[in-house]
Amino acid sequence: MTELRDAAILGGNRIPFARSGRAYARASNLDMLTAALDGLVARLGLAGQTLGEVAGGAVLKHSRDFNLVREAVLASALADDTPAFDVQKACDTSLEATLAVANKVRLGQVDVGIGCGVDTTSDAPVALNDDLRKVLMQAQRARGPADYVKLLGQLRPDQLKPEVPRNAEAATGLSMGEHQAITTAEWGISREAQDELALASHTHLAAAWDRGFFDDLATPYLGLSRDDNLRPDSSLESLAKLSPVFGDRETGTMTAGNSTPLTDGAAAVLVATPEWARAHDLPVLARLVDAESAAVDYVHGHEGLLMAPAYAVPRLLDRRGLSLQDFDLYEIHEAFASTVLATLAAWEDPEFTHDRLGRDEPLGAIDRTKLNVAGSSLATGHPFAATGARIVATAAKLLSERDDWEHGGRALVSICAAGGNGLVAIIEK
Amino acid sequence: MPDLYTRVVNHDVGQRIADLVGLPKPAVLRRHEPGQTLAAGPVVVTDGATGGTLAATAREALAAAGVEVHDDLADAQDVPRYAGLVFDASGLATTSDLAALHDTFHTTIRRLGASSRVVVLGRVPAECDDPATHAAQRSLEGFVRSIGKELRAGGTANLVEVAADAASGLAAPLRFLVSARSAFVSGQRLTVSAPSGTAAADPERPHDGRVAVVTGAARGIGAAIADTLARDGATVVCVDLPSAGDGLATVANRVGGTALQLDITAADAGAVLVDHVARRHGHLDTMVHNAGVARDKTIAGMDRARWDLVLGVNLGAIEAIDETLLRTDAGRAVLGADPRIVCVSSMSGIAGNRGQSNYATSKAGVIGHVAALADDVAAVGGTINAVAPGFIETEMTGAMPVATRELGRRLNSLSQGGLPVDVAEAIGFLAWPDADGVNGTTLRVCGQNLLGA
Repeated sequence: MTELRDAAILGGNRIPFARSGRAYARASNLDMLTAALDGLVARLGLAGQTLGEVAGGAVLKHSRDFNLVREAVLASALADDTPAFDVQKACDTSLEATLAVANKVRLGQVDVGIGCGVDTTSDAPVALNDDLRKVLMQAQRARGPADYVKLLGQLRPDQLKPEVPRNAEAATGLSMGEHQAITTAEWGISREAQDELALASHTHLAAAWDRGFFDDLATPYLGLSRDDNLRPDSSLESLAKLSPVFGDRETGTMTAGNSTPLTDGAAAVLVATPEWARAHDLPVLARLVDAESAAVDYVHGHEGLLMAPAYAVPRLLDRRGLSLQDFDLYEIHEAFASTVLATLAAWEDPEFTHDRLGRDEPLGAIDRTKLNVAGSSLATGHPFAATGARIVATAAKLLSERDDWEHGGRALVSICAAGGNGLVAIIEK
Repeated sequence: MPDLYTRVVNHDVGQRIADLVGLPKPAVLRRHEPGQTLAAGPVVVTDGATGGTLAATAREALAAAGVEVHDDLADAQDVPRYAGLVFDASGLATTSDLAALHDTFHTTIRRLGASSRVVVLGRVPAECDDPATHAAQRSLEGFVRSIGKELRAGGTANLVEVAADAASGLAAPLRFLVSARSAFVSGQRLTVSAPSGTAAADPERPHDGRVAVVTGAARGIGAAIADTLARDGATVVCVDLPSAGDGLATVANRVGGTALQLDITAADAGAVLVDHVARRHGHLDTMVHNAGVARDKTIAGMDRARWDLVLGVNLGAIEAIDETLLRTDAGRAVLGADPRIVCVSSMSGIAGNRGQSNYATSKAGVIGHVAALADDVAAVGGTINAVAPGFIETEMTGAMPVATRELGRRLNSLSQGGLPVDVAEAIGFLAWPDADGVNGTTLRVCGQNLLGA
């Protein structure tokens, strides 16, 4: 087998993320993904070029969008003969897509490609009532008037109620927040700790925008030039006033302030070989070196829905011969503040380490000043499939900004997902 | 696309009504399209007097650009209409010599066709030691400006003053002024101050292989500049504020260039720009300072913030970036062998405008900036010039009240507003490699507007 090549991250782009029903209320997934791709193409000067692959996807998807990414490529400034495919893995979608492209790059199957993702909760698919759909399908097969009369008799008024996508697990019927509330209570994550993490996310993101960090990572869209979920003037006092929205309405600790809101947005990241980068005069920001996925059995109550990364990280560390402390940056997706805190607590907990991971020594604590230093999903919002590409681009640029990293410039990316999935990755300068 | 009124009076019925009522009749101007001939037909090049030194150069330059050049007027049966008249007035040394202007134009002007080009070639009056010669050469300006107002059907008239020993610098300006690229340039005096040390550029793609930076490229005139430079072969780095990034990306992708989201008033803007161009493109050949803002108020009602913003963007940022380009090691390293800097001034900077004291101050400052830096830029093999647009049809003028807009549009010899591409073509010309004879000047693109003329 040939030697693996480096998968260099050369740049990223996203449109500012918008809370559901606001700035992008009339934009489709195709519109937003095309805008994110076009911004990336413009920044890197790739108009009219053919890339090896574009992989991406959306979580909330119309059936007509089965080829969403390919359609976006056709609508974008990229050459029309750039191949593309769709991936769908809940909140891990664009990290998995980026990994797919990076793996193709590493294997020598392509020299350059894009990983991307998009989601809208404002233009979500609303489907026919399932009962009505079955009647209509039978009507397609009907022969003669008698069959039609029979089918007419099957129509009921309640079949007019459409199928609306729900943020709930198919296997349990519980929403993601309700699942996380169970985990939060199990790990005894305090309201104060969650609010502090949320505040840090807003503070860090505001500072990043203010210092121009996103000048080459974001392109305005539909009049929005910053994430509209960002509240730079947020405070612990204002966060403390919010009522719990998940778990017990009295004693619960998860509020709208320390949970991510429904969000619209799109993000993309370009991955190529260092040779391709040199040939196109593009500086390399960082490299995607490895990744690991895991899943947990949340259905039977054995583990929390969003805890899979707690299992994936130790396996990845073992393979790379690293400790949890060998990182300069940690990018842990803030689905909920308590998700991050429960994951960190698990890595420090001897019982979890012994019983769940089957290991002797806990991974230990991380230096919290290295966590989500340019803000994360609590502040940006979380368009499910776009989050991975946002995080990869942010981490890569952060690493590229300094030469004096203690560990040479190494970031851990961790993203939990619906279905008990989780995907983690290592990015190095 | 011409404005509605222009389209109406160029239509059968509209034309008849306009004739009847005596309304102005703006022509649809001939504009550059790739592949078109430089001139719409033959051009006659006339020696004004013995002792003239420029006719031969003019003939050679036009012939090299594929123009059919006539030394004398052909019979009207053979050539009913000429596309242009180039008159070498450099030999006119006395008041009585000026009669040559009458002799030629009295008969020839009726032979000029639509969108015709009159170019009078003269000397720099201040260089003429003999008082009579100085006066005669200075007279040309009044003559040309009048001809500009007499020409019909989109014709333009311009004067090119050529300094002693600078005749070879005439070719590029002459090509520009005879071509459709100068559709909205009329009644102007352009000075050729130095000979050209560069071979004539490919007339179709004069910017081939060159890298251009255009600020304020997200829309309007800036977008047209990016389009025009790219059409003529340049790789364009499109710069605009991060908040204008979506329009910027559209333009950058359209021209196959790169988008750089940058606030040009930031302290490190010059360094960021230089670093981007050096890394991505290796060299910077054309720097177009187009970004500008207006915050109109009469001076009594204008707060300091409006003043500071307009002066900061329209003048301060240009000075700072040019300082980086010319006086830092990184800046000088990225400049190509024959760099071109082109700034965008404004008619307001020449004529002044009520409610625009901040804007006019900044735009007049730009005229001073290019004059002041001309020698420094020449020292690194380049030129720095400005264009001063008059009434140009943009989103901004489209938002003006109808009466103000109509008035603004018609107050020039062509009775119409210019298009963003007209400004872009003039900038493109000043950035041609062989336009190296023109330095430190400001060229108006105003259709010979009455304001500040």
